[in-house]
Amino acid sequence: MAAVSLVRCERGFARDAAPDWMRQELRTGTTIMAVEFDGGVVIGADSRTTTGAYIANRVTDKLTPIHERIFCCRSGSAADTQAISDAVTYQLGFHSIELDEPPLVQTAANLFREMCYRYREELMAGIIVAGWDKRRGGQVYTVPVGGMLTRQPVSVGGSGSSYIYGYVDSNYRAHMSKEECLQFTAQGGHGVCVRACVRMCACACVCVCVRALKCVLLCPALSLAMERDGSSGGVVRLAVISEHGVERRVVAGNQLPSFSAI
Amino acid sequence: MSSIGTGYDLSASTFSPDGRVFQVEYAMKAVENSSTAIGIRCKDGVVFGVEKLVLSKLYEEGSNKRIFNIDRHVGMAVAGLLADARSLSEVAREEASNFRSNYGHDIPLKHLADRVAMYVHAYTLYSAVRPFGCSFILGSYDDDDGPQLYMVDPSGISYMKEMTCRELVKEVAKIIYIVHDEVKDKTFELELSWVGEVTKGRHELVPKDIKEEAEKYAKESLEEEDDSDEDNM
Repeated sequence: MAAVSLVRCERGFARDAAPDWMRQELRTGTTIMAVEFDGGVVIGADSRTTTGAYIANRVTDKLTPIHERIFCCRSGSAADTQAISDAVTYQLGFHSIELDEPPLVQTAANLFREMCYRYREELMAGIIVAGWDKRRGGQVYTVPVGGMLTRQPVSVGGSGSSYIYGYVDSNYRAHMSKEECLQFTAQGGHGVCVRACVRMCACACVCVCVRALKCVLLCPALSLAMERDGSSGGVVRLAVISEHGVERRVVAGNQLPSFSAI
Repeated sequence: MSSIGTGYDLSASTFSPDGRVFQVEYAMKAVENSSTAIGIRCKDGVVFGVEKLVLSKLYEEGSNKRIFNIDRHVGMAVAGLLADARSLSEVAREEASNFRSNYGHDIPLKHLADRVAMYVHAYTLYSAVRPFGCSFILGSYDDDDGPQLYMVDPSGISYMKEMTCRELVKEVAKIIYIVHDEVKDKTFELELSWVGEVTKGRHELVPKDIKEEAEKYAKESLEEEDDSDEDNM
């Protein structure tokens, strides 16, 4: 059998003898989301990585730390976004040491933008940068394919995001609290709290909040997208970034709210 | 008194037996012999004042500026060789511009001062080049960090007082007038600039009317002191 070409092919081309899935690029099909609240940000993502129709990884972590209190949500080509994230993590770490203070979220977003815009012909990456810094609190910046940069109070991305623009537009309100944001993104009342990593959790009251979280905004939004988009699915990964640190949660597939009557 | 270098002062790449680099010390002399530059930090901004000696009556007012703008929010007042200072101001501007294009926001003053100081230091390491014969004061103001003042090289005067920018402008003018030695130097032109809340974080030359008011205040204070001296005698 001929050696499989690793050059990125347009979907739909059927020139090679290799099976379809071997010619497809590894993509994070994805639904990603980030919301600003008073005091930080909540970010969420699904966990499906596909090569064509095959799910290469059903428990992917698309929420990547760039710095202590700055994360990015990755969508698009898995390889491209990983490479960009690694490069930005290095640059930001260096910059932070030079300045001798924690970096600004805006700086991280700018570094992503510089790379995504400069190499826009070679890359396929849609990234949401979110985090907390002392100067401007919680911030969400979106860097879609092509390399634009804009700050938004709430941002969705990835192939699954198309299905939830209406939901987000109708349900998002400005100045929500952390609990409301989580409710927006994730789950209602039955979320299993898995504190996979709680970094720099200096405040005891934060631990209590994690258990009490009811998740009204992010979970339903992500669940709705995962329901309709074939490239999104698996579990919902959430992270809350604030002055006190980062709390991470996982909501398993069977605990996600279901919206179909059937 | 300055000791004679005798052989150890020919290049910046030579130490003297007592551990000094004479070329750097001679460079500082260039600063000491120049006219005064002042930067003062107050609670809502920074004011710069420079005593600009007028070398010839043919010079137009406002020529040979010794206060420079480095990016919108940073000002730089210099003392020493003006040509060296101009080239360093271009270095500082490039640093600030590169920072902004890489990271998307204003360069923090401390970082800028460090970068320019590193550049100045590099010229003290090699025999092929000479050290810069100027020192300068960098100042800026922003809402988060407040007013900041940094000096590169210890020559030049810098101290902080608790007053507002507007009041400070008059004081700076007064200091320059006092410091100006009538006998030794000829006429001089006062250059004043400020950055602070009053200018919304932008470094600008002090407007003409405020500058004239400050100069008037300075001249009056000098006369008062002269009068009081006479009385005492």
